Amino acid sequence: MRRTVRLHPSLAFALSLLSFALFVLGDASEPKLISVYSPIANYSLSLARRGSHDYVGLLEILEPLGTVSSRVEAQNWRLRFNSIEGMFPNGAARVRIHGREIDLSAPFLLEGGRGLVPVDSLGTVLPVFLAFPVVFHASGLRLFIREEGTSYTTQLESGTPARLILNFSSPVNPRIATEPGKLRMTFTRDPIIASGPPLVSFNNATISAASFVETNGAAEITITSAVPLLASFGNDGRRITIAPAPSATLPAPSANRNSAAAPQSPPPLSAPPSSPGATTGSPAAAPNRIFVAIDPSHGGAETGATFSPTLVEKDVTLAWARQLRRECEARLLRTMLVRDQDIDLQNDQRAVMVNVARPAIYISLHAASEGKGAHVYTALLSLSTPEQGLFLAWDHAQVQSLASSQAAAAAITAELGKNIPARAVVAALRPLGNIVVPAVALEVAPRNGDLADLADADYQRQVASSVVAALAALRGKLEAAQ
Amino acid sequence: MIPRHLEIAMAVLLSAVLMLSFYVSRMRARVKATAAVVDNRPVAPPPAGPTEQAALYIAYDDPGVLHAESAAIRLPSGRQERAQELVEALLARYLDKNSPHILPAQADVREVFMVDPGLVVIDLNSALADGHRSGILVETLTIASFSQTLATNLPGISRVKFLVDGKSRETLAGHADLSGDYQIQAIATLSQQLQSSP
Ligand SMILES: [Zn+2]
Repeated sequence: MRRTVRLHPSLAFALSLLSFALFVLGDASEPKLISVYSPIANYSLSLARRGSHDYVGLLEILEPLGTVSSRVEAQNWRLRFNSIEGMFPNGAARVRIHGREIDLSAPFLLEGGRGLVPVDSLGTVLPVFLAFPVVFHASGLRLFIREEGTSYTTQLESGTPARLILNFSSPVNPRIATEPGKLRMTFTRDPIIASGPPLVSFNNATISAASFVETNGAAEITITSAVPLLASFGNDGRRITIAPAPSATLPAPSANRNSAAAPQSPPPLSAPPSSPGATTGSPAAAPNRIFVAIDPSHGGAETGATFSPTLVEKDVTLAWARQLRRECEARLLRTMLVRDQDIDLQNDQRAVMVNVARPAIYISLHAASEGKGAHVYTALLSLSTPEQGLFLAWDHAQVQSLASSQAAAAAITAELGKNIPARAVVAALRPLGNIVVPAVALEVAPRNGDLADLADADYQRQVASSVVAALAALRGKLEAAQ
Repeated sequence: MIPRHLEIAMAVLLSAVLMLSFYVSRMRARVKATAAVVDNRPVAPPPAGPTEQAALYIAYDDPGVLHAESAAIRLPSGRQERAQELVEALLARYLDKNSPHILPAQADVREVFMVDPGLVVIDLNSALADGHRSGILVETLTIASFSQTLATNLPGISRVKFLVDGKSRETLAGHADLSGDYQIQAIATLSQQLQSSP
């Protein structure tokens, strides 16, 4: 009989907390990290040193990307990712995945039920499971899975004072630190890549160079200067402007209320205006914008409703989600798409991704042929379940945000109702109940029974812009929640 | 000589077989009786009991609402039998050619159990669930129609649980969660919301 081991997300979370705590208690040196960038999620995992190789848990790498399970049979570790199965004999450098023999750079290790692979073999192992190529920047421990990366340009404006402008292809949120003569931006979650030479020199006395390195699961851009610098964000998080701090150019500011430009030397000069309390080395948040998680429901083998031989719900929800993202970004809202391709995602996986990202609001999208216009759902939480320890809390994670969810649903319904029939209803619908932040589900049906409406770009735009208008109106409430 | 533990095992197996065959024959009889009730109703009410007015919560896909409607149906005195009659009245309505909320052709409710205190279990057949249209609204309408109809006509119900072919199931058809029980207050809220036009 086949036995599959799956960690419940809350248990997995508890375990990762525990391992983190053990790590902090046990070793004070900086851990080695690998960062993974994919359209579904960007995440970092710590590496384990065994002999002369760095290893990483293969299940942990694959977990956010699909349905994964593992089991141990004698000395073999079996891993299943979606429909692909791999067999890893403990201590062997030759493994078998989807009927193919793959050679690892060092032996596979089975430790306490956990399967460890050498990190430099990920480039050969992962493409077989994922069925598409991955790009691994080995020296910087950064893995790009169907992710083109965020590129940037540098532009020096040599006025008085000089300013360096970095324009990024997507919004970014680096950690900023300063030391004498340097301002360093560390990008762990952002898939920053260099599109030009790694070192750019400027013929300028104030700001002399910008360099790019990848190290330990992060990208770092370091600006070299003769004076203390201040970084500020613009263009919806896509632009970082670096200029001499006011304290460096003004004669003698006795006290600056905004400690972002503290006058001491060596000066901590890094915080964007929205986090005036930030000091050297502390994380600097991007400007405060509502963060919206958009979840196109269904995906992969789970198609949702079938509207016609060529139109299924999973494709409609993805198109609507991308439209909603465009509308959000046009109104300066920050977004994340829970899936941006046709992949299988379980409700638990969706909830974990959203709960970790902590958006101001979660919007799950569905499409239907029945009914007219839109229904906006909030969780029906009194759906009771028998006592199951951790599971009970997981099923009621939404409790604390339910009132905000209902307020959001009412606002979205009112805004949609200006153009199409719209109604707010409760529903026992996963993963709404598992989401800790305000959460609604939107099910959109044709305006007048014509299925072609579901694929109509104008209709999508109209609904998306109503939703965004409602979010803008809710801004104060959502920011407070955020 | 047969060892004693084998004798015991044989006896246990034999009684299990007997109990199962009794159960199956009862189920068969039930299914026949059910079919007879549904088929005969338009011609003449069965003689077993007088009809009463019951409130049925009927789902209308267009425009996606629940309507409370009064219907004269035979309501026996036992709670379990009354629950069964109510469910069958709903099914007859949804399987009719003028159905306001189409269910699959072979859709049926295998059994309605009353489990004290206050829990009613509705065991749908797999044809109803597997062939059910997929969507939050259509699935929620089915759940609300059955639950609210039972809750209104059978005082004392506090929770409703749906099974499919005797087993618990994740969702009805990809959306409505069937993994837990529905609290009747939540069903009341839901039904009220579904009675307002969009
Ligand atoms: Zn759906």
